[in-house]
Amino acid sequence: MATLTINGRPVTLEVADDMPLLWAIRDYVGLTGTKFGCGAGLCGACTVHVDGEATRSCITPVASADGKEITTIEGLSSAGDHPVQLAWVAEDAPQCGYCQSGQIMQAAALLADNPDPSDEDIDRAMKGNLCRCGTYNQIRAAIKHAAAAKMAGRDGEEVSA
Amino acid sequence: MTTRRQFLKVSAAVGGGLLVGFRLGAPESAMAADGEGGNSGSAGVFEPNAWIEMHPDGRTMLTVSGSEMGQGAMTVIPMMIAEELDLPWGEFDTRFAPADEAYANPALGSQVTGGSATVRGFYTKLREVGAATREMLMQAAANRWDVPLAELRTEPGVVVHTATGRQVEYKDLVADAAQLEPPEEVFTKDREDFRIIGKPTKRLDTPQKVSGQADFGIDARPDGLLQASIERCPVFGGTLKSVDAAEAKKASGVEQVIELEHGVAVLAGDWWSADQARKKLSVEWDEGELADLDDEAIDKQFQEGVKADARPARTEGRGADALGNDENTHSATYRVPYLAHTTMEPMNATASVTDEGVTLWVPTQAPGSVQKVAAEVAGVDPAQVAVHTTFLGGGFGRRFETDFVREAVELSKRAGRPVKVIYSRPDDVRHDFYRPAAYNELSATLGDDGLPVTWVHRIAGPSIWSRVAPGMVKDGIDPAAVEGAADHPYRIENIAVSYAQVDPGIPVGFWRSVGHSHNAYIVESFLDELARRAEIDPVDYRLKLLEENSRHVAVLKRAAEMADWGGEVPEGRARGVALAKSFGSYCAQVAEVSIEDGQPRVHKVWCALDCGIAVNPAGVERQVHSSIAYGLTAALSGKITIKNGRVQEQNFNDYPALRMDQMPEVEVGIVDSGQPPGGVGEPGLPPLAPAVVNALASLTGKPIRRLPIDLGEEA
Repeated sequence: MATLTINGRPVTLEVADDMPLLWAIRDYVGLTGTKFGCGAGLCGACTVHVDGEATRSCITPVASADGKEITTIEGLSSAGDHPVQLAWVAEDAPQCGYCQSGQIMQAAALLADNPDPSDEDIDRAMKGNLCRCGTYNQIRAAIKHAAAAKMAGRDGEEVSA
Repeated sequence: MTTRRQFLKVSAAVGGGLLVGFRLGAPESAMAADGEGGNSGSAGVFEPNAWIEMHPDGRTMLTVSGSEMGQGAMTVIPMMIAEELDLPWGEFDTRFAPADEAYANPALGSQVTGGSATVRGFYTKLREVGAATREMLMQAAANRWDVPLAELRTEPGVVVHTATGRQVEYKDLVADAAQLEPPEEVFTKDREDFRIIGKPTKRLDTPQKVSGQADFGIDARPDGLLQASIERCPVFGGTLKSVDAAEAKKASGVEQVIELEHGVAVLAGDWWSADQARKKLSVEWDEGELADLDDEAIDKQFQEGVKADARPARTEGRGADALGNDENTHSATYRVPYLAHTTMEPMNATASVTDEGVTLWVPTQAPGSVQKVAAEVAGVDPAQVAVHTTFLGGGFGRRFETDFVREAVELSKRAGRPVKVIYSRPDDVRHDFYRPAAYNELSATLGDDGLPVTWVHRIAGPSIWSRVAPGMVKDGIDPAAVEGAADHPYRIENIAVSYAQVDPGIPVGFWRSVGHSHNAYIVESFLDELARRAEIDPVDYRLKLLEENSRHVAVLKRAAEMADWGGEVPEGRARGVALAKSFGSYCAQVAEVSIEDGQPRVHKVWCALDCGIAVNPAGVERQVHSSIAYGLTAALSGKITIKNGRVQEQNFNDYPALRMDQMPEVEVGIVDSGQPPGGVGEPGLPPLAPAVVNALASLTGKPIRRLPIDLGEEA
């Protein structure tokens, strides 16, 4: 059992302590935006924020998240208008879209730490998030777009890449 | 452009709407309208068979007759309809088509999404659907105003009487239009009048995909759902001998354990509990005939096959008899491995089997096959099977298959509850239908000018079509095994391309760009070997062998121009070029590479693509990026290893995929030939591996005759 906050809502999870947070979120909380890709922390599709840190929920036991604040893609913004989401839309980044929740959560954490990442910073932060559709160049552009928008204090739509 | 066809069926939708669709062998009853759109999801519920549904309140629903697996079907299909209907872009809803032959892709003859055929197949048909609908709306206005049809035109969403400037919105015409007979003549626009087709257009599904709202197959959650993790025999073709499931049944959350012919399914309320309990099964397998199979034995079968069983796929001039045996003859052996697809969304299917029939939620490229297979397994009529095609978390050919559908339907039937089967990543890697491995012997005799006079290519490998549709295999030639090899465009006096079908028993299937994925690598790499031997620039070498002014030449020249071929290359780097036609499109690429810490690094790829009319240039560009990423993954690291009849790889650690820091810069040039649309989802892949390999070979001086690339290996 674990008591935690998911997207600002207190949640008590009566599940096995070693159940990965991913499955608790998907199958018990019913939020399916966080995706299962590998079950081993190798692909990043399951990335959520745990107390603001980008975390692979597929290898994070529920018990270790006890008392923590979890943010999933559904909670990143109320209307899909987080600067990173807006930048993703502006750059038309997704293809199949399956990895994109994790990519966006990873990128949002990166930009929270580092508002103006270099290409190397982006590589370092994002290389744990796989995309089989090959949207990496669009993701890179979207991260720069979001960074520029944040620096300019405007939303992502208003800044051209 | 005019076509004279009576192909439209119009009927009044509930509430006076207008519904237009084709009669293409679909039952008449299925054409009647259902104002609710039939998305209620239970078996036997009638769903309308149409692309366009317009309502008097202004709502328009467009049906997307192709699976959305990242390639942009959900955007490009509405583009083609909206162009001719003169619908304001974006002012409509979309839904994915139900399983129904009415939605068969005209280029493929069935309701499948693949072969880079969505735009190619639907380009004419969907524009005609849009145009006919527009004409009926105009006719309704003509009747109302008592003016000749010819005096009317449309602006987006509006019919206009040119002389008087009178206007009426589509929504105010749909009730009248629904009473009209479809036109006998359909006028589609000339290309210069397009306002949607040809414009870079953003995807319609992006907002859903950045907010976690897009529903993939894995997200289906019907009431009463059980989730299954299946222990399958690790050896291909093996079966279950016995299982002791006592411990698994005791595990937390487990509801049922069900024995299948090829495995054992553990069912629980959540997938993780099922998967954990699965580890407690004690299973004995009958491993079958392949229990000793390994890569060496497979290679030996190929080598023996190529000698014993090769059948001619193409013969020109004197064929192999013309091959010399002197110093002007150059020979090489090329090998490619089996490859898994590893879509980001692991294989899954959700089935609910009840007395009324079957309801399915499946990320599938083949809703028609899903329906057929589900009906067969459940023992019901296909009409009792409702297929909800969800978003696909990647397809790449893997989702043509229905193995996961069979499992879900059988389990739901036996469990008496809805069941979702999810493959773990190791399940997904180890129970795929793999891109075939292939073994290739090539020889060429060069003339005094250094150009080949004779080209001999012997291929051995498994056949995909022999399983999927045996009728496709004629005189021993599987077209998918020789595509890109038998039909290469180079003008050589004597050509002999042959194929020996050798099937070691590993399941094989379609993998992005299919036979082109290996044959372009082999043909274009061997050609570069010849060019190097002749000391002729590889672009010039190809130009000398190609028909002048051909589309091949146009893309090759464009790629060379984009890359400033022959210009300065940064220190330590080299460039390679390759050319391939596949799926109706022509593609040339130049890759710039270096070697860092003994590993290949691809810095940039310039790609020229002639895909005919590019309906959505933004989509085309992204599909090139995508094909390059997929092809580069395979070239750098893709290899399935067989030992004891089992796949050894299991996850992204030992079957890696390209990562952000490995993605090259990509520059795309769309060559506008003005021809009808060609394919887009795959043609960017075949030239990638040879362009990279040829670049590496010019750095190291050694050809790379086996994939994945291993710079430490002797050729």
